Amino acid sequence: MISGDILTPIVMGFLLGGLYALIALGLSLIFGVMRLINLAHGDLVILGSYLAYALVTILGQDPIVSLAASIPVMFVLGFGIQKYLMGRAFAVSAEAPLIIAFGVSLILQNANQIIWTPLSRGLTTSYSLASFYIGERQFPLSYLLNFVAGILVMVALREFLARTYLGRAITAASQDRRAAQLMGINTQRVYGYAFAIAMVSAAIAGVFLGMTFPFTPTSGVSSLTIAFGTVIIGGLGSLFGTFIGGITLGIVQTLAGHFFGSAAQMLVVYIVVLVILTVRPQGLWGR
Amino acid sequence: MSEKSLLLIDGIDVFHGSIQALWDVSLEVRHGEILALIGANASGKTTLLDAISGLLRPTKGGIEFQGRSIAGLDPYQIVELGITQVPEGRRVFPDVPVLENLIIGSYNQRARQKREESLERVYEHFPILRERRKQIAKTLSGGEQQMLAIGRGLMADPKLMLIDEMSLGLAPIVIDGLFKALREIRGRGITVLFVEQNVKRTLQEADRAYILETGQITLSGPSAELRGDDRVKIAYFGL
Repeated sequence: MISGDILTPIVMGFLLGGLYALIALGLSLIFGVMRLINLAHGDLVILGSYLAYALVTILGQDPIVSLAASIPVMFVLGFGIQKYLMGRAFAVSAEAPLIIAFGVSLILQNANQIIWTPLSRGLTTSYSLASFYIGERQFPLSYLLNFVAGILVMVALREFLARTYLGRAITAASQDRRAAQLMGINTQRVYGYAFAIAMVSAAIAGVFLGMTFPFTPTSGVSSLTIAFGTVIIGGLGSLFGTFIGGITLGIVQTLAGHFFGSAAQMLVVYIVVLVILTVRPQGLWGR
Repeated sequence: MSEKSLLLIDGIDVFHGSIQALWDVSLEVRHGEILALIGANASGKTTLLDAISGLLRPTKGGIEFQGRSIAGLDPYQIVELGITQVPEGRRVFPDVPVLENLIIGSYNQRARQKREESLERVYEHFPILRERRKQIAKTLSGGEQQMLAIGRGLMADPKLMLIDEMSLGLAPIVIDGLFKALREIRGRGITVLFVEQNVKRTLQEADRAYILETGQITLSGPSAELRGDDRVKIAYFGL
């Protein structure tokens, strides 16, 4: 990398942004629909990474192929968490689900610790170290995969929300719960599906995160932080906003790394997040 | 219970938390009528509609729809049976287009199959909604939002339509149009129960009316009779 070349970090950050948007998607969806800040979201992403790791080591599958098995598992788990934990907690008070989410986070971290040990793991494949070129510049192939995956999941979710009755019900419940009930929407069931879909996005995010960076049982904390940053920058309630947020965060991070070194890059990211929170609390693309 | 009754409420008590809002309320809605529920602010009108819609559960008494008990059913089950509520304050889904609001109205299984047919009917009642179908709902005027809320309710293919404070905050000419639409809707065989504060207008439009005061029904009867009732004249017309 030429030190005066800022195009490389911009492209890297842009591509990385697709992954960040993917990580943030589930957090944004659950908040938008249920007004719940799912503190376990980062750990659920990492659970996705470990599920893929298990399938890769046991079955020798490609991590992306392993999604065929992990997506249904995460879908059912998400529906169950909403139905048996969060749904009941919501009946108690508005704060109870937050505490339940924190509890789920601790359980997942410790379970992963017991099962997988605190050692750092990664999802390695034959193409892990492959590169692609734009002109003379060389980039990791995994970053491009992240970006493509982010776009595909976003488009799929957008189409689902816009074209199916269930998708419309999720949108309706997020805009006005009472009116949604009066339209014959079973909001409890819709919440279950929204949580399940958020978990599917977490499973996909977990795979691509695991193929790009090493992970440990406590990596969920940094995933959650990235998701928060993305959602704060982009603004809640809009898929496009989440995408813009992810890309902004990615570019800020890689540019900061380029100019100030990798030790300072996240510091700069957090400063930008704080500034946006102060100047434009609804986010760049929020309502 | 008479042959003609569609909905029968029998002596219900309803609470908001620990505060009682309705005391021993009984009410009958007959097939094909326009029935009004009149009352001042906080008299319990919305509470009664919410009890019918399943958003609130009576602690005492029963609610029957087409001869079947519906007390204790969830709101979505009640919509499925054919009761739709057009809520106070319109409550259209603000950030999606008019057409999307209408489609969400046809969410229940019965209504989905009739979606295109229902949509045409809604556009017949409210042609402006066809023109505005791609417009984001929150950018409509108050009157148009009320038309959308009623249209969305019609999309559910109801047998009984509950309409809460339809004319609140709207200009008289807009209100005239909405009442005309209500008569057309009734003409299609849909029974209407509506809630209003404007007594004079209501007694012109409804076949019968119930008067609710601080959570109790104090008077009921055909509108023509109520218009001549001294208690109504004194309490509501200031005569």
